[in-house]
Amino acid sequence: MSELFEVKDLSKSYRHKNYWFNKKTTTVLAPISFSVEAHQTLAIIGDTGSGKSTLAKLLVGAESASSGAIYLNGEALKSTSYKQRCQHIRMIFQDSGTTLNPSLTILQLLDEPLKLNTPFNEMKRKELIRTTLQKVGLLGDHMNFYPHMFSGGQKQRISLARAIILEPQVIILDEALASLDPSLRSQMINLLLDLQQQMGLAYILISHNLGIIRHFSDNIMVLSKGEVVESGITREVMNKPQHKVTQKLLRNQSFQLNPKKVLS
Amino acid sequence: MNLLDIRNLSIELIHDDQNILAVDKVSLCMKEGEVRGLVGESGSGKSLLAQALVGVLDDKWRVHADRFHWRGIDLLRLSIEERKALLSRDIAMIFQEPMACLDPTTSIGEQLTEAIDSGQLSGFFWQRKQQRQLAVTKLLHKVGIKDHSTCLRSYPHQLTEAFCQRVMIAMALARRPILLIADEPTAAMEITNEGQIFRLLASLNQLKNMSILLISHDIENITHWTNTITVMYSGQFVEAGTTTQIFSKPLHPYTRALVDSSPSANLHLPAKSRLKTLPGSIPILQHLPIGCRLGPRCPRAQQACVKAPSVTNFHGHKVSCHFPLTPLKMPSKKATKGSC
Repeated sequence: MSELFEVKDLSKSYRHKNYWFNKKTTTVLAPISFSVEAHQTLAIIGDTGSGKSTLAKLLVGAESASSGAIYLNGEALKSTSYKQRCQHIRMIFQDSGTTLNPSLTILQLLDEPLKLNTPFNEMKRKELIRTTLQKVGLLGDHMNFYPHMFSGGQKQRISLARAIILEPQVIILDEALASLDPSLRSQMINLLLDLQQQMGLAYILISHNLGIIRHFSDNIMVLSKGEVVESGITREVMNKPQHKVTQKLLRNQSFQLNPKKVLS
Repeated sequence: MNLLDIRNLSIELIHDDQNILAVDKVSLCMKEGEVRGLVGESGSGKSLLAQALVGVLDDKWRVHADRFHWRGIDLLRLSIEERKALLSRDIAMIFQEPMACLDPTTSIGEQLTEAIDSGQLSGFFWQRKQQRQLAVTKLLHKVGIKDHSTCLRSYPHQLTEAFCQRVMIAMALARRPILLIADEPTAAMEITNEGQIFRLLASLNQLKNMSILLISHDIENITHWTNTITVMYSGQFVEAGTTTQIFSKPLHPYTRALVDSSPSANLHLPAKSRLKTLPGSIPILQHLPIGCRLGPRCPRAQQACVKAPSVTNFHGHKVSCHFPLTPLKMPSKKATKGSC
């Protein structure tokens, strides 16, 4: 059985151009391989500079990889075919407020990916936008509003609508839940989980919050200095961390909250 | 004696036709050596409250209070200059986003020396410069920066966020404050750094007996570090009590929802199940609901909720709700004066 989304030996290194004789390269991401199935979530954690965000950029095509290949449904994604990638791999960013163009209405914002990627006519597109907005818990009439008329949680929903409007197979959440308030965050988690069930999405979740990761993800991958130090099923890794880095991360999280300690 | 005793503090935004009540009758009470958490989602007025405390709000805002006592001194009776002198001596604040608060054009060393009060220095004028340097280095060591000479030479953009936060804390400590107000000290920080900053604050609290008012939007982040917690919602007082009371048996539906919505507090929940949450979103300042501002989102709301509830006190666990969860048998009496 072929996996929905598979990454083989993906790596990224930068070359310092200034040195003529003494060419230096910095490896940001050592060769890395993993796979995600439909209906599954892969969580990626790691410290600053561990290469999580670089990995997200590579997957979504914002940067080109130094080596390796990405397979979607067993088919290799070419680094040049942005169209294919745009349709199937979408990304939600941390700060939803700044990723929405303030001078466009929601209709225009959501229309753009449809215009570029689908053969639909205007009527069809509008209808699709309406149903997508309803899917993420907004009203169809919200499409005539501008981004500043929405609150932070609603903006995050709009970026989610923009991500799912092309019916992708993989969504990358780069700290997408970090800047939300707790009550809105749990609404968003519920929404994401519902969508995963309905549409069979695969998520790649990059987050600090281990509580969310424990709740949300099936598999986990721990990065440190561009290398995978530990990976496996979330429950098992969380309960029995093997590597030093994972243990350190988990220990810091236990400072965040230990309800048993508080209660006793 | 209470360190800080504020009763019914209101903050109004002066607007052309109609003033907006951004903070509506909030009471806050702190004891000496206490770490109090102030929790509220965005727009709950927690940062405003802190800014009103240190008196840095500008003319657009009007602040009222029924009582505003600092260590037994009624601040409302003092003149502005006296109040400023008193507060700047005893209270220090660290702000959100340390990088943005430090001056980008001046080195850390200069900014820190500026913060040192010349009243602390002794000796002749030619000795003062050296003493200042010494005091600065000591401060940096206190907040856990070992390599002080590099740090003093560098500019804010050359340091990481966590280092900048440490520098901010060092500046706040320069005048040896009695109360430190930390406004989201770890917002957008990695977990490892977050733990370090909280541990630093906790050690300052233990060693120096410094009281800390810890402001955060996330209840699960700070419960480990606080003795008592005050919860606010949309500018209104919600609930106050010890951390255990708030966390194990919250009385207000909003606090209940906050605790329930945190996945790390509900480890028994099966993975990928739905989290309990409140419907709707936080009201914006222009369209605040009347009465209890949680009303439209509250699962227990009834007709009485169009009037703002008064504060009731169950054994020091204060709650502001008409229909609290788990109502206790004892007669609910109004919050008596002086109780905390």
